[in-house]
Amino acid sequence: MKLYCLSGHPTLPCNVLKFKSTTIMLDCGLDTTSVLNFLPLPLVHSPRLSKLPGWVSKDGTVNLEKELKECAGRVFVDSQPEFCLPEKELLDLSTIDVILISNYHCMMALPYITEHTGFTGTVYATEPTLQIGRLLMEELVNFMERVPKAQSATCWKNKEIQRMLPGPLKDAVEVWTWKRCYSMQEVNSALSKVQLVGYSQKVELFGAVQVSPLSSGYSLGSSNWIIQSHHEKVAYVSGSSLLTTHPQPMDQSSLKNSDVLILTGLTQMPTANPDGMLGDFCSNLAMTIRAGGNVLVPCYSSGVIYDLLECLYQFIESASLGTTPFYFISPVANSSLEFSQIFAEWLCHNKQSKVYLPEPPFPHAELIQTNKLKHYPSIHGDFSSEFRQPCVVFTGHPSLRFGDVVHFMELWGKSSLNTIIFTEPDFSYLDALAPYQPLAMKCVYCPIDTRLNFHQVSKLLKEVQPLHVVCPEQYTQPPPSQSHRSDLMLELQPPPMPYRRCSVLSLPFRRRYERIHLLPELANSLVPSEIKPGISVATVSAVLHSKDNKHTLQSVPKPPPVPPTKKRKRVIEEPPEVLAPKPLLSGAVPLEAFLATLHKHGITEVKVEETADGHILHLQAEDTLIQLEEDGTHIVCDNNEPLRTTLRDLVLRFLQKL
Amino acid sequence: MPEIKVTPLGAGQDVGRSCILVSIGGKNIMLDCGMHMGYNDDRRFPDFSYITQNGRLTEFLDCVIISHFHLDHCGALPYMSEMVGYDGPIYMTHPTKAICPILLEDFRKITVDKKGETNFFTSQMIKDCMKKVIPLNLHQTVQVDDELEIKAYYAGHVLGAAMVHIKVGSESVVYTGDYNMTPDRHLGAAWIDKCRPDILISESTYATTIRDSKRCRERDFLKKVHETIERGGKVLIPVFALGRAQELCILLETFWERMNLKAPIYFSTGLTEKANHYYKLFITWTNQKIRKTFVQRNMFEFKHIKAFDRSYADNPGPMVVFATPGMLHAGQSLQIFKKWAGNEKNMVIMPGYCVQGTIGHKILNGQRKLEMEGRATLDVKLQVEYMSFSAHADAKGIMQLIRMAEPRNMLLVHGEAAKMEFLKGKIEQEFNINCYMPANGETETVTTNPSVPVDISLNLLKREMALGGPLPDTKKPRTMHGTLIMKENSLRLVSPEQALKELGLNEHQLRFTCRVQLQDPHSDSDTLHRIYTHLKSVLKGYTIQHLPDSTVMVESIVIKLSSSAEDPNTKVLLLSWSYQVIDLSYSQLLLNIRKKLTCSR
Repeated sequence: MKLYCLSGHPTLPCNVLKFKSTTIMLDCGLDTTSVLNFLPLPLVHSPRLSKLPGWVSKDGTVNLEKELKECAGRVFVDSQPEFCLPEKELLDLSTIDVILISNYHCMMALPYITEHTGFTGTVYATEPTLQIGRLLMEELVNFMERVPKAQSATCWKNKEIQRMLPGPLKDAVEVWTWKRCYSMQEVNSALSKVQLVGYSQKVELFGAVQVSPLSSGYSLGSSNWIIQSHHEKVAYVSGSSLLTTHPQPMDQSSLKNSDVLILTGLTQMPTANPDGMLGDFCSNLAMTIRAGGNVLVPCYSSGVIYDLLECLYQFIESASLGTTPFYFISPVANSSLEFSQIFAEWLCHNKQSKVYLPEPPFPHAELIQTNKLKHYPSIHGDFSSEFRQPCVVFTGHPSLRFGDVVHFMELWGKSSLNTIIFTEPDFSYLDALAPYQPLAMKCVYCPIDTRLNFHQVSKLLKEVQPLHVVCPEQYTQPPPSQSHRSDLMLELQPPPMPYRRCSVLSLPFRRRYERIHLLPELANSLVPSEIKPGISVATVSAVLHSKDNKHTLQSVPKPPPVPPTKKRKRVIEEPPEVLAPKPLLSGAVPLEAFLATLHKHGITEVKVEETADGHILHLQAEDTLIQLEEDGTHIVCDNNEPLRTTLRDLVLRFLQKL
Repeated sequence: MPEIKVTPLGAGQDVGRSCILVSIGGKNIMLDCGMHMGYNDDRRFPDFSYITQNGRLTEFLDCVIISHFHLDHCGALPYMSEMVGYDGPIYMTHPTKAICPILLEDFRKITVDKKGETNFFTSQMIKDCMKKVIPLNLHQTVQVDDELEIKAYYAGHVLGAAMVHIKVGSESVVYTGDYNMTPDRHLGAAWIDKCRPDILISESTYATTIRDSKRCRERDFLKKVHETIERGGKVLIPVFALGRAQELCILLETFWERMNLKAPIYFSTGLTEKANHYYKLFITWTNQKIRKTFVQRNMFEFKHIKAFDRSYADNPGPMVVFATPGMLHAGQSLQIFKKWAGNEKNMVIMPGYCVQGTIGHKILNGQRKLEMEGRATLDVKLQVEYMSFSAHADAKGIMQLIRMAEPRNMLLVHGEAAKMEFLKGKIEQEFNINCYMPANGETETVTTNPSVPVDISLNLLKREMALGGPLPDTKKPRTMHGTLIMKENSLRLVSPEQALKELGLNEHQLRFTCRVQLQDPHSDSDTLHRIYTHLKSVLKGYTIQHLPDSTVMVESIVIKLSSSAEDPNTKVLLLSWSYQVIDLSYSQLLLNIRKKLTCSR
């Protein structure tokens, strides 16, 4: 049993598990932090960006002024942004049987895996994961395609040249494998391979393995997975949360008793309390609005935004923001808001019971109805005529490299009245802001990451008691910036098995049993005998059938009856009947009882002689010796088959057969 | 032999008050708990005294499962749980859990407030009953207890309708509830995987009908409505608030839009808007087309259909009114019917099945004079039309489901006896399986023959698979030998050697030695060597060794030779073997040796 680790990003994992005869990919996260190395893609021509100076090495030997631009001391690639893909060389992706998706953030690399690789398997995901995942991909494609960039920069990737570049470009890894965004056609094709599953649904894979998604409490439809056979259990824990937000609570008990638990997707902000961050978010927002400034919230179109809107719904009146317009701008804003309302089954109990009334589960329906929240597909069109300031704008992408957010950065960055509030934890805010420097607008960092923290996870592991834990190596040491915080790492006994990008781990499994079915006819023919109190045994002689990884045992078929006409001729030639294997014997033959039995069968003249290990019985009339010992019986007689058979059967009466 | 028992308390050779008891693997399950629309007395509810004469049902039932929100499937639930007494789990899907209390409350109001019946369940009882409900998601495997698991499948029929797979150990039953095998304007088709249950309990409302295409029926319906409107008549369509009503509304809405019609369409009771809201929130349960387009255009927001007020019934001019309930047995639909029945310009369209005893059933059977309460009679002059819109599987659909699930036995409920009989014959003929159709209170017992799951040691299995290959040779089957250890609840199959070791037992060796005297003039070692070479040439395919300690081994049979002290030509042959030797019989071996030595003499 092996684990191939194709991604080194702890929250955007991509691992492949070889379990019994199946090859299972666990998530395919797309590392988008690579886009921070690129220049933003403005929606409308930006004179500032176009005037940035090109980069030439200090000694003037390398001139990449067409590809690289300098801004506030950092160098950016002037090209269509590219993503860092999961490793493709570690194993043949066409051999993957299934892909299990745990949540919509962890499936963004799906088209790279399923298209153009020879992949012919099935992808399993819950319905919200599929629908919202589709929206996020659609949005990403839309962001890229509406501002096409002809130029594709490649020179800087040359190893010799990259070595000479300033950081962080110099240290960027595997740049030659970075890829441009996929197309909508590839997205549709990839998603057509998804098969929907519900929580606790048991899905059989080739009869060998059963997989089952469990609620993980992190986002709509987010799941952890159980991969098990009858005797082995692997738990795959991806982004999970114990906080009470909108999704269904995490199912912890089903994770119990696993042999191996693969742990990924812990919080990226172990020291930030999500509730406190939410408070900071509201107060900073209110302060800016009151001072007449605008608030920009770069965010994903699904997920935490639902909680932010719910929080604002309660906050608006008390903070007298009743007249402030809230805008949500994304090509999928409307769809995201609508979809959130139709997944009652996947919501927390509180929200579920609203649906029974029937009321929409999320209060943003009311914000929209009362015109407090307005959503637009982009800044073009209706928005430009209805736009009023001061206002609050939620828009993507949180990397600040593409999407409508780029426009608002250019528009509001120069005024100190405005505030940008970062809520998504995926990108360093300083790196995100770098190509916009110098900035006058206020920056507030309120990362809200509801995933498990180290305290919660160690409590969880104590409860579910896996035999072994596998996790990204980042979790086995404190974060580099806080090396003294030994509480910000996993300390377990036995210690967790760490992995990094390109690791191949052998999982410590000892498979000893397999499930087999005895057909009714065979089961009925068994004769159990009690060996010890409460323990019975029966000997089984049967024919094994194995098909589709399922094993059955059936009774030994009787030889087919010989056609009557040929009977005479065949009697002689007929091979000896197939003999059933004989059982092993156990126990001992008691002398007195055995003598009595012999007597009953007409063997009366028996001379008993005691030896070191037992007795020798001399059957005088038959000239036969029987050696009785604790762990053996030896019958010595002449060529007298009937006698030997009788004696054998008499001895067997006293022995247990296995 | 293990067996499964099925007893309908309702819906046995009948439509109405569905309630089926199933005993499987020591568990008792109640499937549906409905009321009968045709009765107002005791027969309205299933006879729960069948389960126990005195008192509560909790200890006799492991769980109750409700398939969908129609009252003939859930109408007796508060009575059963709160008045007879049941505190165990009740399972239903989310939409059913949302909608069923509303219909129950509606039903209660009609019965108690309008008809003045006492000794009926109260609003509080409905609420208390619903607290015992655990929602089911599609395809989720719910573990009711350690042994009993249930799984819901999509059934079409109405919003949230489910079929349910019930499994204990390796025995299983599928109950379909009401289902529909063809997608309609708002719902998808029922689907189940090849789960091979021991019994498939299916509804059989339309056991003998094979319905024409839906499109024809829709066109017919629209034509009739249109004609009546054109001549200034009024159309009454009795419906249940949820289900068929939404499908017909979608149909009329698009027709009005297309034909630019102006006659008003009304929908009775305040439930409409609420009902449509349920459809919006549970859009994942509707058909694919609606689900795909709901963000752009929600099919459940109607422009032409307005709320009905009682006074509108007397308005002059044409109109179309959807009114509840669907079988004209009470409530607003009955009131409007009474008002409009006298005018032959008007029309009533019954879009679904009507149970015996209801006015709907009577007029469909051509009765033109109806006895009303207080000895009054009502002359029915308006046109009566029946359009089969109710979403039940027809004979073709039922056969299709059997093909999907591949059950070992079939059991029909929720249909009329004569029609069931016909379908039973067809099923037995086509699928060669038993088909049962018990009446209410009758128990059908089906013996099952489950295979026994056992844990086999991987060593034993791998050894066997390596030796025998995955598929046994039918001509020469390989027999595998193992020991089954039964300890507490575990069954493990291991090799006999491992069993001995595990159980701490000593092996007892049973050996046989046989002495045979032979005449041979050669020296001992020569004779032995001759035996060896001879056996080697005769017994092909056996391992034969000549060991340095002057023994010959044929497989595990040991052959030694000595000559008698008196006569060196008389050799004593010792053959020794253990009990377990099977490859070669001793006598066969001896025969061979004898042949050789006798010949040489």
